[in-house]
Amino acid sequence: MSFAKLAASAVVLAAASATAASARDNVQITGSSTVLPYSTIVAEAFGENFDFPTPVVEGGGSGAGRAKMCEGVGTNTVDIANSSSRITQKDLDTCAANGVNEVMEVRFGYDGIVFASDVNGPEFAFTPSDIYNALAAEVAKDGAIVANPHTQWSEFNSALPAQDILVLSPGTKHGTREVYDERVIYDGCKETGAYDLFLAVAQGDDDKAKARAAKKACTTLRTDGRNVDIDGDYTETLARLDADKKAIGVFGLSFYQNNTDKLRVATMGGVVPSTESIATGEYPVSRPLFFYVKMAHLDVIPGLQEYIEFFVSDDMAGPDGPLAEYGLVADPELAATQEMVANRTPMAPLN
Amino acid sequence: MTDATSSQVPAAAPSPARSSLLTQSALMKKRNAAEARFKAYGVAAICVSLSVLAIMLWTIFSDGVSAFKQASLTFPVTLDADALDPKGNRERAEMMRVTTIGYTKLLNAQLLAHLEARGISTEGVSDKDVAAFISRDTPARLRDMVLEQPELLGQTITVEGFATGRIDGYIKGRVTRDTAALDTNISVAQLDLADRMQDEGILDTKFNWGFLTNPDASDQRPEAAGLGVALIGSAYMMALVVIMVLPLGVAASIYLEEFAPRNRWTDLIEVNISNLAAVPSIVYGILGLAIFINFAKFPQSSPLVGALVLTLMTLPTIIIATRAAIRAVPPSIRDAALGVGASKMQTVFHHVLPLAAPGILTGTILGLASALGETAPLLLIGMVAFVANYPAGPLDGGVLDPATALPVQVYSWASRSDPAFIERSAGAIIVLLAFLVTMNIIAIILRRRFERRW
Repeated sequence: MSFAKLAASAVVLAAASATAASARDNVQITGSSTVLPYSTIVAEAFGENFDFPTPVVEGGGSGAGRAKMCEGVGTNTVDIANSSSRITQKDLDTCAANGVNEVMEVRFGYDGIVFASDVNGPEFAFTPSDIYNALAAEVAKDGAIVANPHTQWSEFNSALPAQDILVLSPGTKHGTREVYDERVIYDGCKETGAYDLFLAVAQGDDDKAKARAAKKACTTLRTDGRNVDIDGDYTETLARLDADKKAIGVFGLSFYQNNTDKLRVATMGGVVPSTESIATGEYPVSRPLFFYVKMAHLDVIPGLQEYIEFFVSDDMAGPDGPLAEYGLVADPELAATQEMVANRTPMAPLN
Repeated sequence: MTDATSSQVPAAAPSPARSSLLTQSALMKKRNAAEARFKAYGVAAICVSLSVLAIMLWTIFSDGVSAFKQASLTFPVTLDADALDPKGNRERAEMMRVTTIGYTKLLNAQLLAHLEARGISTEGVSDKDVAAFISRDTPARLRDMVLEQPELLGQTITVEGFATGRIDGYIKGRVTRDTAALDTNISVAQLDLADRMQDEGILDTKFNWGFLTNPDASDQRPEAAGLGVALIGSAYMMALVVIMVLPLGVAASIYLEEFAPRNRWTDLIEVNISNLAAVPSIVYGILGLAIFINFAKFPQSSPLVGALVLTLMTLPTIIIATRAAIRAVPPSIRDAALGVGASKMQTVFHHVLPLAAPGILTGTILGLASALGETAPLLLIGMVAFVANYPAGPLDGGVLDPATALPVQVYSWASRSDPAFIERSAGAIIVLLAFLVTMNIIAIILRRRFERRW
């Protein structure tokens, strides 16, 4: 019977694969979808210029990537986790529990977060307090905390157009949300004085707990539909913006730079976001980008050390390299990173 | 009803119209109207679904057909031996030291020189912006070619390479002068230069075989991205799924249908098979991750793991289809075979199975078609990834090399920032649809050809 032959060959295939499974000659990378394009650009150039195969790069999110890296040591686990936020102690504990003891932390640059609207719409010049006033669940008004009454931008800042408020924020599962909460909403909360009012009524055992409660109150956003959390990627935000021209979207700098024909970027505190203004620190909303390397794999997976050295080389991550061209803000301390990678220095414990 | 009305109406005033077949009574009219309304609802429902389908196909095709054409640049390049092999010994290891950056510089200089030689004015366009016409894919290809054939050094060859995504978009009409004025990646002066180059024949569009054969490319070179790895990955997975699912499914169905006793156990199995067919596909992905990758230690992103997961997913569907096909063979055939002295097994393999084969194949092909379009379970086993190397041949363990699949490619292109990837994504959908339609047509032909009715 041909079925019998087919079945036999299936068994043989499975057996052959079980023996071959132990060897892997390509680097395997997973993690943040923000870092994904940078990582693929480097992987592609690496595959072209070295005799190693092109690394395989997956997206899926910073947290998921770090969790995957911490699953254990062995060639069926990933080598590198890309991350748009710093690794947490919880991740490191999971790593240690699974035998992943030494991890190298590589910071290769910065990413800016920009507010942008439809290219044909009016110009926006924001400050963090504008975003706070527009989006917080509760805002300060005449020295008291009230439920957010604002429906138009011009209601709290006459310099802004009289347009209905609608902001497409990054969803809570994004690494972007952390810096958005921290650098925009929380700063705006302090600027408008709402933080002090929250602190005055905050419940807690000590000052630290009260500050935490006040911060939580600050970063609680309104839920009446004027703030929309986008859990997908920036293409989804762009599609929503296209459908509703009055919306303000939150994007990564590189995404904006690839779509300047559709988007008009807003200034923040009077500064136009660009790789230069982010590098000098003038533009406030930026965050570092990392990747984490499982050091136990360094001499096991061919090309892993070469890949990370190539990633942080001036040809790639430097200010004139292809990553900067794509929208990465080069790290001014890149030389120190290159030295760290060459010396294989594991990361110090988190403080 | 008629009785009731007639009793109310005095018999002295007969009304012939009441009982006529030619004129309708009020009730009849009402019933006919209800029927007409129901037909209208049905037609409306079909119209809605057809128009939604038409809109979907129209969007996909209007966005995606252009992916099959690509703008390319053709110009002569003198391979400067001093630049590409500084030591001059033609050794591969030495020549490897010149990276794609070195080749990019060479290509840029040669394109500028060629434009000057042909008298094409580059007024208003900086040298850097002229260089931006050449896809980043071209230096990599040229470098591979030179490393392969070092004897080319010093010669002048004609290089044909893709033009960058924005220039390609301009020729296809996606990028216009209005959008270019706002776009930081392209200027109107560059578009004017593109027009001049097109007139001179340096820039033109061709059918893009590369879209079907090239591997995926990074966000900086959408023009070079192709479906090569995804097609191979999908082909490997489908082949492995057929190899694994057919014997398993057919053996299980024959046993359950022909040999198994009817008792509580077989009833339980039957209920479970029906339930498994309705389990969401992502669940099989989680199962695959736990069993095949974490426990059996198969490599991540490999078509083998993908095929195993898809086999588990399609198995219940195939068992249900196969059992239906076996059940459709009339008992008289079995009785006749048994009557002339065939054993139970001979009856099954000589008579029942051949007669049920068209139904089994149709069910299998439809099951495969659904497996081909599946993304969710592949997400968890690492196949939704950027894979730029072709997997090895099937006999060299290629099923263990990383690969992607067609629907996965659609998904990952749709989430990239460069607008040129939207076109690629729609193009990949067209390829996927072509495969699905082909498989369904094969299923229909098989059914028409070999199906027997009793």
